[in-house]
Amino acid sequence: MMSTRQISRNKGGDGVKQSRRDILKLGAITIAGAVIPLSAFELLTPEALASTKKHGAGKRWGFVVNATKCVGCGMCVKACKTENEVPFDVNVSRTWVERYVQLKDGEVIIDSPKEARNGFIKNDPQGRQVKEEDIAKGFFVPKLCNQCEKPSCVQVCPVGATYRTEDGVVLVDRTWCIGCAYCVQNCPYGARFIHPDPKVNVAEKCTFCYHRITKGLNSACSDACAFGARKIGDINDPESEVHKLITNNRVMVLKPEYGNEPMVFYIGLDHIVR
Amino acid sequence: MSHAWRPLFVVIGLLAVVFIGRAVFVPSDFSAKNGDYKYQWHREGNEDDWKNFKVKYKGGKEYCGECHDDEFTWISASKHANVQCENCHGPALGHPEEGPEKLAIDRSRDLCLRCHAKLPYRPTTYNELPSGPIRLAMQDPDEHNTDVECVECHDVHKADFKE
Repeated sequence: MMSTRQISRNKGGDGVKQSRRDILKLGAITIAGAVIPLSAFELLTPEALASTKKHGAGKRWGFVVNATKCVGCGMCVKACKTENEVPFDVNVSRTWVERYVQLKDGEVIIDSPKEARNGFIKNDPQGRQVKEEDIAKGFFVPKLCNQCEKPSCVQVCPVGATYRTEDGVVLVDRTWCIGCAYCVQNCPYGARFIHPDPKVNVAEKCTFCYHRITKGLNSACSDACAFGARKIGDINDPESEVHKLITNNRVMVLKPEYGNEPMVFYIGLDHIVR
Repeated sequence: MSHAWRPLFVVIGLLAVVFIGRAVFVPSDFSAKNGDYKYQWHREGNEDDWKNFKVKYKGGKEYCGECHDDEFTWISASKHANVQCENCHGPALGHPEEGPEKLAIDRSRDLCLRCHAKLPYRPTTYNELPSGPIRLAMQDPDEHNTDVECVECHDVHKADFKE
């Protein structure tokens, strides 16, 4: 139909003939070309890409968990609970260690008995007797608050009791929290709980040992780890161990699909890790 | 004045109550740092509350080694070089000046088994020593001298048998 409606630009001459379709095509290409900024053709260096991540210019506390090194001794959990006055015999913890056992028939058994505060000393995932020859693979994954860049727990707090500090640690104001537990529900990592001590009784979570790291100490869990599986530091400092670990290894974060931008990076995760 | 204005006075009164109440109850340092109402809307004094939380673990063997230099020297030269004193002895807290005068020692089998129990999925090599990788010593707790404490035969500070 269109092709029959020829438009002659140069009536009566040897004119170039253009159909309406040609003009529309040309217009579309011009517009499409105009909207692509020149910068889109630039080749981005890794440094430039890193700079587009807004962690602020200053200090940004981050954490690297090397899951391949974890043996599941749970000394980190023990140290954390003692250091941070989380009642030892109650089944809540700021940090915990999960055991993943995949059987040869494909079944995955995941457990973290008593948050691994007493470590893993028996081959009894979820209390089951598992034969060694049935196990395809198994490993331990330490977990803690991810101190997200975009913490969804903070967004839902109705009273402004939880917040992210300038150096990137998510804290709870115990005098201001009303204990509604919206944040507990909204953390994709299950890192929060209500403090079991009736004198506290508000939302509780890992603080990256804020009282220690601001004094130049390591977090209690990373000090307690004899296997080098837990490292804490300033990820914006190119000289820090965590910065080097992140840039020299293939790292992953947990549940990136939630968009929280976690600041706990993992080496040696597996697709069966939740 | 027309009675039609009366609801307006009610609204003004309610607003006044809200703002006076806010001035009384909300701390003055409650603000959005960097204009970030989404993530940094908080009472700034709380950052110091957390910074002032009591440190219990001294972290690092150097603190302990200032007095306990024998044990410090032994363990630093042993395969247990990366194991902190406080892992078995508990947090030093104010020890020794402000107490506790003596720290508890966990001598139980279960403490040793946290690392040394044989599990099919426990890493078999230990790579954290400067001298290079070693085998992670593991035992089946149901077979290996079931009725005695590990420390009867093993010296933890030297990661070796007792002399």
